[in-house]
Amino acid sequence: MAETMKEGDELLKVENIHMSFGKVAALSGVSFKVRKGEIHSIIGPNGAGKTVMMNCINGLYRPQRGNIIYKGQKINHLKPYQRAKLGISRTFQKIELFSGMTVLDNIRLGRHIHMKTGILSGALYVGKTSREEIEHRAYIEEEIIDLLEIESIRDKIVGMLPYGLQKRVELGRALALDPELLILDEPLAGLNLEEVEDMARFILDVNEEERWRVTCILVEHDMGVVMDLSDSVTVLNFGEMIADGTPEEIQSNPEVIKAYLGAEDLYVSRA
Amino acid sequence: MNQVDLFFMTLTTGLMVGGIYALIALGWVIIYKCSGVLNLAMGELTIIGAYVTLTFYQMGVPFVLAVVISLIIGLILGILTERVFLDRLIGEPILTVIMVTVGLSFFFRGLVEFIWGTDTKVFTPPVFPLKPIKIGFLVVGSVYLWSFITAIVLLLILVGFFQYTRWGLAMQATADDEMAAISLGVSARFVYAAAWAIAFMAAGVGGSLLGNINGLNISVSYLGLLVLPAVVLGGLNSIPGAIVGGLVIGVLQNFAGAYLSQYFPGGVKQIFPFVFMVVFLLFKPYGLWGWERIERV
Repeated sequence: MAETMKEGDELLKVENIHMSFGKVAALSGVSFKVRKGEIHSIIGPNGAGKTVMMNCINGLYRPQRGNIIYKGQKINHLKPYQRAKLGISRTFQKIELFSGMTVLDNIRLGRHIHMKTGILSGALYVGKTSREEIEHRAYIEEEIIDLLEIESIRDKIVGMLPYGLQKRVELGRALALDPELLILDEPLAGLNLEEVEDMARFILDVNEEERWRVTCILVEHDMGVVMDLSDSVTVLNFGEMIADGTPEEIQSNPEVIKAYLGAEDLYVSRA
Repeated sequence: MNQVDLFFMTLTTGLMVGGIYALIALGWVIIYKCSGVLNLAMGELTIIGAYVTLTFYQMGVPFVLAVVISLIIGLILGILTERVFLDRLIGEPILTVIMVTVGLSFFFRGLVEFIWGTDTKVFTPPVFPLKPIKIGFLVVGSVYLWSFITAIVLLLILVGFFQYTRWGLAMQATADDEMAAISLGVSARFVYAAAWAIAFMAAGVGGSLLGNINGLNISVSYLGLLVLPAVVLGGLNSIPGAIVGGLVIGVLQNFAGAYLSQYFPGGVKQIFPFVFMVVFLLFKPYGLWGWERIERV
């Protein structure tokens, strides 16, 4: 079964994806692979089709052509909530938290697919395993709160939190799903230097710590962080894939340098 | 009747009628809470439930059983409404969906007139004893008392549902941010179907009780609009708010009828809740318990 995958096995394969909105082609023939255990970054100038690509993987968009293969299984026809059940989780470029709820409730919602209680047993608290389940749930919630250092804000309403913390809560919510593949759409955008360092550390933790070991797809503009964190990088430009390889290969690729016109050095300074 | 008696009688009657408003307001709030949609067909949902109960009751089915049948039919209609009309609107702007509920309201109204006609129908024999019940010095019609009790019981069930079940939380999440919710594994279809089914059922119970007071005809659906002030008062997405709002509107309406109609003859009772709503909104735009949406830029 594809269920038991080893490190380095092909977790996600994107094949020849074409996606257009009206006459505008957002993606034309993009293909890449993500191996289990790695951090795979997607970079490219604004409008290159990175977020569209993420929406295709997660199921919010349906590409007109091409295949998305997850654990050897074609998932093209699956709806987003069904893909979530397979272990694909994500964060959004523009924060999409449940802003009227507390931090804890947001994280709890990430557990949605793992809770077995139906409407009736949940309402009446008669589920056979409910006790066990509640403990298990609480345990995972605590783990996430610990990892992301958000203990002090757990009962705060999310909409009232500063931007940097909201980004962190969104990561927590995505983690609560206990995903195998985590899509991070610009997790560092808009953060200050200190917050960037924290977030980069969290991403590494999630990827490397034995407890999580989550394969990540990272969409980011901060080249410094991308090159530091990634095991492999795919570069998109105007909906086409122009390069794919290790960070070292990407940095010396003339096509890539050309795409980032004016950026003689790929390292974009934040200062 | 002396002044004190009049005051308490008006208050009690108001609270009891308010119980029915609260039930219908509940249905409204649930749909708003789960999908952000103002359901302008709520009045029609109410009479459909009421007519179904009435039909079965006239066929000799006991009232409670007739209500249960109406609940089951409400469940089916709720799911059908989602499947047929609203499913393809998932992801569309909320305003579009609201306009569709206007269409639905006309559609249901036509359907009701087609099936049941336009004459007023009454529950015969009367379900509730006509003799009022005495509680202390208060005299209450038993229909009103039952409506009040039913509203409170349903309130407890629904608050429990939203507080303690994963689907309750998931439904609120879907209203808040549909895209995020489906990305977390929540089936939007299921949420909307459940919301409409619950709304149909709550409205059906409310309508069945209401039909026992003045009989049933198409104008009862006016109530669907009357609960709007109740919902606005409580906060559009607050379940306890709907109950409190319903009760308050019931009371206000009856007080307006008792004390103001001598100064403003002709319909002040009907209009007063809306006047109150407008004034109230000036001071508390989110209602008593609604979510205050604060955007940080």
